[in-house]
Amino acid sequence: MPMPHAPRSASRAIQAIILIAVVALLALLAVTTAEHLRQRGIRSGFDFLLEPAGFTLGESLLPVEASDSTLLAFLAGLLNTLRVALPGAALALGVGVLAGFGRLADNPLVRGLAAAYVNAFRNIPLLLQLLAWYFILTDLLPAADSALHLAPGVLLSKSGLALPWWGEAGFEIPEPAGFGIEGGARLTPEYLAMLVGLALYSAAYIAETLRAALEALPPGQRLAALAMGMTPRQAFRLVLLPQAWRAALPPVTSQLLNLFKNASLAVAIGYPDLVSVAGTSLNQTGRAIECLLIVIVIYLLLSVAAAALSHRLERRSLRGSPA
Amino acid sequence: MHRFRPLILAAAAAFASLATPAQAGKTLDSIKSKGQLACGVSTGVIGFSAADSQGQWRGLDVDVCRAIAAAVLGDAGKVRWVPLSSQQRFTALQSGEVDILSRNTTWSLTRDAALGLNFTAVTYYDGQGFMVARKSKVTSAKQLKNAEICVQSGTTTEKNLSDYFRTQGIKVKPVVFDKFEPSIKAFFSGRCQAYTTDASALAFIRAKEAPNPDDYVVLPEIISKEPLGPAVRRGDDEWFAVVKWVINALIEAEELGITQTRVDSLKASPDPAVQRFLGVGEDLGKSLGLDREWAARAVKAVGNYGEIFNRNVGADSPLKLPRGLNAQWNKGGVLYALPLR
Repeated sequence: MPMPHAPRSASRAIQAIILIAVVALLALLAVTTAEHLRQRGIRSGFDFLLEPAGFTLGESLLPVEASDSTLLAFLAGLLNTLRVALPGAALALGVGVLAGFGRLADNPLVRGLAAAYVNAFRNIPLLLQLLAWYFILTDLLPAADSALHLAPGVLLSKSGLALPWWGEAGFEIPEPAGFGIEGGARLTPEYLAMLVGLALYSAAYIAETLRAALEALPPGQRLAALAMGMTPRQAFRLVLLPQAWRAALPPVTSQLLNLFKNASLAVAIGYPDLVSVAGTSLNQTGRAIECLLIVIVIYLLLSVAAAALSHRLERRSLRGSPA
Repeated sequence: MHRFRPLILAAAAAFASLATPAQAGKTLDSIKSKGQLACGVSTGVIGFSAADSQGQWRGLDVDVCRAIAAAVLGDAGKVRWVPLSSQQRFTALQSGEVDILSRNTTWSLTRDAALGLNFTAVTYYDGQGFMVARKSKVTSAKQLKNAEICVQSGTTTEKNLSDYFRTQGIKVKPVVFDKFEPSIKAFFSGRCQAYTTDASALAFIRAKEAPNPDDYVVLPEIISKEPLGPAVRRGDDEWFAVVKWVINALIEAEELGITQTRVDSLKASPDPAVQRFLGVGEDLGKSLGLDREWAARAVKAVGNYGEIFNRNVGADSPLKLPRGLNAQWNKGGVLYALPLR
């Protein structure tokens, strides 16, 4: 006998009760925590966010001074996270697609290289990869005063990649000066190692996902396309890829989300991301729960937003016919 | 997430502790009934608290805990060592995971007033300094304009750094690492033009971690005051007094000339101060909830402050730090034991 479905009103009531219970539990936790912190003479609250941070970030899109508020420092940390995660995601997608195709290439050398890349990068812990990239960059590159001139105005050294860019004095060409390189824009070794490390790690997973999606297609699809007179290239582009892409989209977006969360390893190699700022603030103020909550909430919100975006993409790819 | 782990542990400890409200005056009883002192130390700062190749904890902060265990439990070995990251340390103490935090921690107003803990006494007067490569020809921190400075996060270091260069009107860029090893590796690879931390640690890093110590120099500027000392939870005055007075006793022992080897023979000393200290005359232990030989046992276990200093960070150690501020008040330092009477 099938389970009788609860009437809609009863199911709503149950949901409401569970929701109220969860909210009440969270409220109880918050109240008890606050009360015990007070009893033990531990200052708590988020007032520290408006007080001067007292520290600066080594690199930041926002010009943050030590006299600026802790809130601004958090914001600068968040921007630093996004600054490495967004280009990292784009790079991961590009490399992942190429490597995924490479694994199915007819040329055995390409296939072997792609397989070696995927296996190496998927099977080494990301933290080790980041440290390796970082120390390769800082050990092998020359000091700032003997920087490599890759192109006019493009300098690569231990202090990073310097590029001509608009600065305080208009368009600036970077030049070695004093302790490093001044003028123009600079991508530090910390940033470069994060970007390359995150992208290559996630790209290996994306490549596997794509390969699996392509190989999971029924062989008849390809044969039918060829029978209709398509060239193998056309069959791949017009018949196989659109179907595989649809299947691969959810796991690929979840890989990109992982990349974003993995960006929190940045402090291991000295990149001042959100978690790094939270760690420093925690130490200066002692507000452990508050600092942790801020990081949790920001990561949660951004992940939920990204998931919603990917959900819309999926729906669109199911509805429309991708070119 | 690997990076979150210290944060999560800290928060978990905080949440876990909420179930049991703090009980004033109970720490000493609980230590006695458990027969063990839970001592929060660092995850490895040579000279202060670090495990040696046999897994034995050694260092100045470690000896303070051992002395307290000897005074309270009669056995310096009855200590449970809890290695704590700089982010975990205060929460671990607040939540009762450790009875004492003896982990090269700077005593400052915010920490003393807002974290629900009490600092007991200063066991080491430190200050923040800089190290640079000799070939950079830098001889003063004031020449570090636009320099990139490697620093390990999680101390008062970052704030001092930014305070100092603000007053100098110089801009520098901190490169902040959460772990010690990458921070010094980045410096020695030439990524940063300077490294900053407490002077005691700089001495160790230059002596033990530098590829060639002579290639590096420690700059003369000391940019901050870093009085390091153990802290206990607030709200337990009896336990606070025990820790405070054991440390005072170690310092007083040096002034009185009571050493590890002479503790027993000095019991025959006619000096009333020595007699009081060793529990031969008055019973000072009673007021602290201890027996009369508490101070004698502490010194017998680890030696007096001077012996502790020399063994761990001073002349008999690889660090070879001078006594400096940490000499007795009558020898040019600022150590001044409160009178044991």
